[in-house]
Amino acid sequence: MTTPGQTPSQTIGPFFHDALMRDGVDDLDPERRAGDPVVLSGTLTDGSGAPIDDAMLEVWQPDGAGRFLHPLDRWDAVDAQSFVGFGRVATDRSGGFRLRTVMPGRIPHPSGEDQAPHLNVHVFARGLLYRVMTRIYFEGDASHATDPVLRACDPARRHTLVAVHSGTEEGVAHYRFDIRLQGDDETVFFAL
Amino acid sequence: MGTEGFRPRDDAAFPPLDHPAYRSTELRHPSRPLQPLEQGLTEVTGPGPALAEVRPEDADLTTNAGTGGEAIGERIIVTGRVLDEDGTPLPRTLVEIWQANAAGRYIHGRDQHPAPLDPNFTGVGRCITDEDGVYRFTTVRPGAYPWRNHPNAWRPAHIHFSLFGPAFVTRIITQMYFPGDPLHALDPIMGAIPREHWDRVIAAYDHQVTQEEWALGFRWDIVLRGPAATPFEAGGAGALA
Repeated sequence: MTTPGQTPSQTIGPFFHDALMRDGVDDLDPERRAGDPVVLSGTLTDGSGAPIDDAMLEVWQPDGAGRFLHPLDRWDAVDAQSFVGFGRVATDRSGGFRLRTVMPGRIPHPSGEDQAPHLNVHVFARGLLYRVMTRIYFEGDASHATDPVLRACDPARRHTLVAVHSGTEEGVAHYRFDIRLQGDDETVFFAL
Repeated sequence: MGTEGFRPRDDAAFPPLDHPAYRSTELRHPSRPLQPLEQGLTEVTGPGPALAEVRPEDADLTTNAGTGGEAIGERIIVTGRVLDEDGTPLPRTLVEIWQANAAGRYIHGRDQHPAPLDPNFTGVGRCITDEDGVYRFTTVRPGAYPWRNHPNAWRPAHIHFSLFGPAFVTRIITQMYFPGDPLHALDPIMGAIPREHWDRVIAAYDHQVTQEEWALGFRWDIVLRGPAATPFEAGGAGALA
């Protein structure tokens, strides 16, 4: 039996907002119970440094204890519905985005080593024929030096994966994470 | 599934990120090689199984504007299965769609094409695949519309599809096209897919789907990346008695 071929990707285009952003999720932990609160904000720019104002970002992460709401992880956990771990935001007129979540817990790498806390990010935009994927790590985490994914990246580019701590307000840690699709300080994107 | 994860993207069928004929790719494609990433728990899990909030009326775009009126255009049914590469249907998968109206105009505020808006059509729909992996929408056939990529550029009629599938790696957004459209050969977005794989994004007219004195039927199956290894299923062949 021949297997059916994968359906290829096409661009999200500029007109997705009415369909996809009516379910935008810019606060992943509205119940304030899944971990230490974090606000992430940043700007998405193109190869000329111009802001990209028609993109969508989706993030995926475990809760503060490192648990994913998924059949392969803690799907049947008692508190399963309290934290999905999925966020979806559109960039604004200035290419900016902002979301509130919790510091992700540690999870193992396939090698068995622990990974440093991170979120996975998909970027969709007009002009992107296929989603691009990156990760957000957090400045100041001592485990970056041993994280197998960070360690595999070019040391000169590793910083593009690390959100910069910009302050703490009322117990909420704020981090800045800019995404550059192309150019001198291009963000590391993963083949996935 | 364990940590074997999912099979790689089919690079022979997927468009490149750098495709000069589609001008918007010029400054938006990463220029450095993509960094290899072994699939771990963050990649083989995903929000798909948790996303299931739809109402039955969300799947009928001819009436879901909620105005009490019906959208203008050629009424069509678009249906098919969501499968993985083994041909296994994927039930309970969220399918989100959006499209231009019959005149080729999106409801979106940034669409300035001087074609009429339809007050009874938002062009937005969603559904969840059933136990057999089947999705089904009723809508109107979208119109072609001009864009500014090159002189006299027109997008062929299409419907945008967004799916999650079981994992972060299976997440995909794509477009479905209609058979027999002369604009296919002129479109740099569709043209970023090698021509021999266009059949994967073009729906088939299906008279079995067509409803007499009601709507024309189109069928399009969507195939997501499959598991890299066959999962061990309790009670299946090879299970201990």
